Amino acid sequence: MSLLSLNSFYVLGGAFMLATAVRVASDKGHARRWSSALFWGLLGVSFVFGGSMPPAAAGYLVLGMTILAASGRVGLSRERSTGREERLESAERLGDRLFWPALMIPTTAIVGSLFFARIRWHGVSLVDSTNLSVTSVCIGAVLALGVGLRLTRAPVREAVGEGSRLVQAVGWALILPQALAALGGLFARAGVGTVVAGLVERALPTQHPFVAVAAYCLGMMLFTICLGNAFAAFAVITGGIGVPLIVHAHGGNPAIMAAVGMLSGFCGTLLTPMAANFNLVPVMLLELQDKNAVIRAQLPIGLTLFAFNLLLMEFCVYRF
Amino acid sequence: MAWQEACDWVRGARGGQSPSKMPRDYPEIEYFKIPGQPVIKLIGIFVIAAGFALRLNTLLVVLASGIATGLVSGMSFNAIMEEFGRLFLANRYMTLPVVMMLPVVGLLERYGLRERAEALIRRSAAATAGRVLLLYTGVRQVSIALGINIGGHAGAVRPLLAPLAEGAARVCHGNLSKAMVERIRAHAAAAENVGNFFGEDIFIAVGSILLMKGFFDSLKIEVSSWSMALWGIPTAVAAFALMAWRTHALDRHLARDAARAAGAANPESA
Repeated sequence: MSLLSLNSFYVLGGAFMLATAVRVASDKGHARRWSSALFWGLLGVSFVFGGSMPPAAAGYLVLGMTILAASGRVGLSRERSTGREERLESAERLGDRLFWPALMIPTTAIVGSLFFARIRWHGVSLVDSTNLSVTSVCIGAVLALGVGLRLTRAPVREAVGEGSRLVQAVGWALILPQALAALGGLFARAGVGTVVAGLVERALPTQHPFVAVAAYCLGMMLFTICLGNAFAAFAVITGGIGVPLIVHAHGGNPAIMAAVGMLSGFCGTLLTPMAANFNLVPVMLLELQDKNAVIRAQLPIGLTLFAFNLLLMEFCVYRF
Repeated sequence: MAWQEACDWVRGARGGQSPSKMPRDYPEIEYFKIPGQPVIKLIGIFVIAAGFALRLNTLLVVLASGIATGLVSGMSFNAIMEEFGRLFLANRYMTLPVVMMLPVVGLLERYGLRERAEALIRRSAAATAGRVLLLYTGVRQVSIALGINIGGHAGAVRPLLAPLAEGAARVCHGNLSKAMVERIRAHAAAAENVGNFFGEDIFIAVGSILLMKGFFDSLKIEVSSWSMALWGIPTAVAAFALMAWRTHALDRHLARDAARAAGAANPESA
């Protein structure tokens, strides 16, 4: 029993998306008013009722949202914000107090992950201890909003309006991370990784220890690029290539293999649009023109660091 | 689950064989004898590659890839929708923090948070865009290595880091062109990602180490979390060094852009 579970925040977040849907629907000058409102409405429903809705219904909701997004029917409404002059003036007036709410989110996240799970009385805990870090961030965001509203003396409506302006700027890319995670799960269920691992082992002369290392690191990076998720790649590639070849056949150190292998996967994450929450959502959040701007900035680091990892493993995995 | 499947596959394929045996010794056909593992299952990956090549909507490509993969492995359309929906709902936690933060971030921006951040950085004479970003990466790496997950694109990069870096660049170079702002922001997102990814593996109670530990436990291979965390350090150091190189390059690039813009505006002094 707990007072605040993740589900309460799903409902709250969903309510915010439904409010966005209403704001979009009431914007009479919006060219794609109803379809855009429908998109945010469907997303809101999947958050508010996600805990109790049948999974198949959620699948068809996603299908609906995808069709709306792919046919270009999700667009921005005109949320009016303040001009630069106005913002400079209020920045001057409020001063460094403006940072307090912004810093409250990380502070609450730290304090929350350390202490929230321990707060309980009569068998009722304050926070559900599963997913503690996400819950703590959400609590932090709500507290920060409260402080921010007090500080600026703004009505809640204004915060919702600014929030929907930003969430609409992110647009349909917002649900891409979830859709990609679902795809990863489907791949896993279909056994895609096992096939890839088999092909790699067949195609390369892995009886040489250094080829095994190269195949494993490359496999981690390429599979992460395909799936957008190094964790999903890890189970598949380490099970298919790493453990049988590096550890069993050639006697490599599993700790070094796993640590450096996972980090090779992370190099792949820097390079792929499939890692939407890291590489595409920020493009929308920062309002960049070039969809690949973040990947382009990361490309030199990702490739060099991959080469570093490869050499590190070649030199260390059979020695320590 | 891939996990279980992968583990079973490893055990099944290697079962009874001495671990030191060379891998090529046992027949290659075995992979294709494993029931239900034909190459056609890779269709999803080809759908993704084709979709990206044709620049189709990413969401559409992802869904199409999932449907194709499900169909070739014998699932009905309804079953695919059910599995997709279940996983979509289970992963709502990925979207939630962004959504929860946007109202307060938007509100603070409306009242001048970004402008205030720029004003703050103007007081520091040594600040350049690159140094601000490098400092952030370092702080992010160290804090997440200690198990403290602060930052994020919605919570830190948009409201604080990007304005700080832009403000520092304005102090150095005056007005920034659109391309310069875009470059700074892209590098700010990169600073967040690099700091996040290459600090995480040093903390033993964090997702990736727990995942690796669980994986080896299921295979009955004894591996200590500490040694895995320790072997994350060299790459973390290398990542920081690379970030130092990239942020230095960013500063040089900005200086060149600014000089060119100044030269264009005032040809005689150039």
